[in-house]
Amino acid sequence: MQALDFDTFQQVLALHTDYALACDSADWERWPDFFTEDGSYRLQPRENHEQGLPLCLLALESQAMMRDRVYGVKETLYHDPYYQRHVVGLPRVLRTETGPDGRVSALHTQANYAVFRTKLDGESTVFNVGVYHDHIVCTSTGLKLRTRLCVYDSEMIANSLIYPI
Amino acid sequence: MDLYHPPAQNGITQETSLPTRRPNNMSQPHSAAAPAWPGPDTSRIPFWAYTRPDLYQRELERLFYQGHWCYVGLEAEIPQPGDFRRSVIGERSVIMVRDAEGHINVVENVCAHRGMRFCRERHGKAQDFLCPYHQWNYSLKGDLQGVPFRRGVKQDGQVQGGMPKDFKPEEHGLTRLKVACRGGVVFASFDHAVESLEDFLGPNILPWFDRVFSGRPLKILGYRRQRIPGNWKLMQENIKDPYHPGLLHTWFSTFGLWRADNKSALKMDAHHRHAAMISTRGQGGQPAAAAAEVVAGVDSFKQSMQLNDPRLLDIVPEPWWGGPTAVMTTVFPSLIIQQQVNSVSMRHIQPHGTGSFDFVWTHFGFEDDSPEMTQRRLTQANLFGPAGFVSADDGEVIEWSQQGFEQKPEHRTLVEMGGRDIADSEHMVTETLIRGMYAYWRQVMEE
Repeated sequence: MQALDFDTFQQVLALHTDYALACDSADWERWPDFFTEDGSYRLQPRENHEQGLPLCLLALESQAMMRDRVYGVKETLYHDPYYQRHVVGLPRVLRTETGPDGRVSALHTQANYAVFRTKLDGESTVFNVGVYHDHIVCTSTGLKLRTRLCVYDSEMIANSLIYPI
Repeated sequence: MDLYHPPAQNGITQETSLPTRRPNNMSQPHSAAAPAWPGPDTSRIPFWAYTRPDLYQRELERLFYQGHWCYVGLEAEIPQPGDFRRSVIGERSVIMVRDAEGHINVVENVCAHRGMRFCRERHGKAQDFLCPYHQWNYSLKGDLQGVPFRRGVKQDGQVQGGMPKDFKPEEHGLTRLKVACRGGVVFASFDHAVESLEDFLGPNILPWFDRVFSGRPLKILGYRRQRIPGNWKLMQENIKDPYHPGLLHTWFSTFGLWRADNKSALKMDAHHRHAAMISTRGQGGQPAAAAAEVVAGVDSFKQSMQLNDPRLLDIVPEPWWGGPTAVMTTVFPSLIIQQQVNSVSMRHIQPHGTGSFDFVWTHFGFEDDSPEMTQRRLTQANLFGPAGFVSADDGEVIEWSQQGFEQKPEHRTLVEMGGRDIADSEHMVTETLIRGMYAYWRQVMEE
């Protein structure tokens, strides 16, 4: 693996922070835009991941399916309103792919995350903690997620999970 | 918490003797002061049925530990000898295990020595069970087979200590439950006098059970877990309530998956404790003029809603459905069997206290499913579970119901959609299944 240049690493950091802030600002419409059109988003309990069982809590297999989820969050799911707040650790770059021009074309990274939930009139609680397994591709419009698999330790969901992690 | 709550003063009639609001965690002896059931039937359900700790303890004893079969798991979860998986009945931890002969045993996860809940892994493979505290060892059938220093320790030519001469290991095994397996589903009961599983389900419900579990080998797809801050009965009621799905759940009303104009039937066992809600999907969208009222003014109905990715509802009918596109079966008290189009799951109710239960989903398919069918089941699973397009709001409304009950336990719910009687039905505009469940509950609970 070639050493990752700082500029690319800085773009990876920006992808993480922009994604987290979009999810924490109720800016749901922006969320699918972090993915490629054929991208996938999976949120999977750790027990299934470790046992090789395919079931996820959410398994959205395209950007279009993510838009359906956004519509669900905004328009069709009756739920208690809540705030959420992501804290994402520094990404670990496992592997990069190099394009014909000799530049980095894709990255495989991991990053720990913790999401806190705060309901109106309630305290802030740890809602979902886990690790992102990302396949990031370099496109003409910047870095995009080709796949984001969130493997979460918090297997016992505190009732329901509505917003994207 | 061990507070004695004195009975109300004499001279107050039962109807008006409701205690003022009490903290949820205060023990409440069953006494003459206990409030009376409101009305002659079960078209009113008192809020205190969901909040009283004394009733909850009686529910555990009479519904979960006596006289009923409770769901434990699927045989496909423990395919090989030595495979085990922890499960729960009521509040009791149990272990489902396949022994060397291939038989399925269910034993209580409490050591016969000092009472430790010794099995900590959620699942695994074992030759025997070992309690780490004093290394007592049990066979996979639960027989005690090893007690360290049972015959004492020799020191200076003398035998010191050890168990008394009359200690009989065969009297100190793990508590063994009665087990019934049918079509790959494992039920167990602490009550060895319980009727057969087939009699328990009864002839009206058994065919709906067998429709899913015909003996075709199952394939486990995975688990989902949620802790719902509400009384456990609310989840049984949710799946005995065909009135809500076409109203609360946009996806059901808009895409016709479950709607008042669908062809449907509601069936109960003779005791009205179990039920099957059977529905055949309509076309969705705007209903025919004659049935326009089923979506008129329904907030959740989105006439213009189109899926960006139609794979979410890529429904392929399966021969075993035999017509209906959805059958939701409630097996009282612990299980809901879900078949909603191509998504199939077991939903296991694990209560803890009056105001909380764990809801564990085991999604599965069949060994002979094509890869495309497996993918379809996984994609449709987005509708269900703690984040599901449809099911997430069920957990939410249960939480909000419980909050209402705890706010004024002396009040009652109203359950008279479709009348006040209890009978099978050919339509969904009725709460008869909930009335049936409470008629049974009152009989067993003597309330």
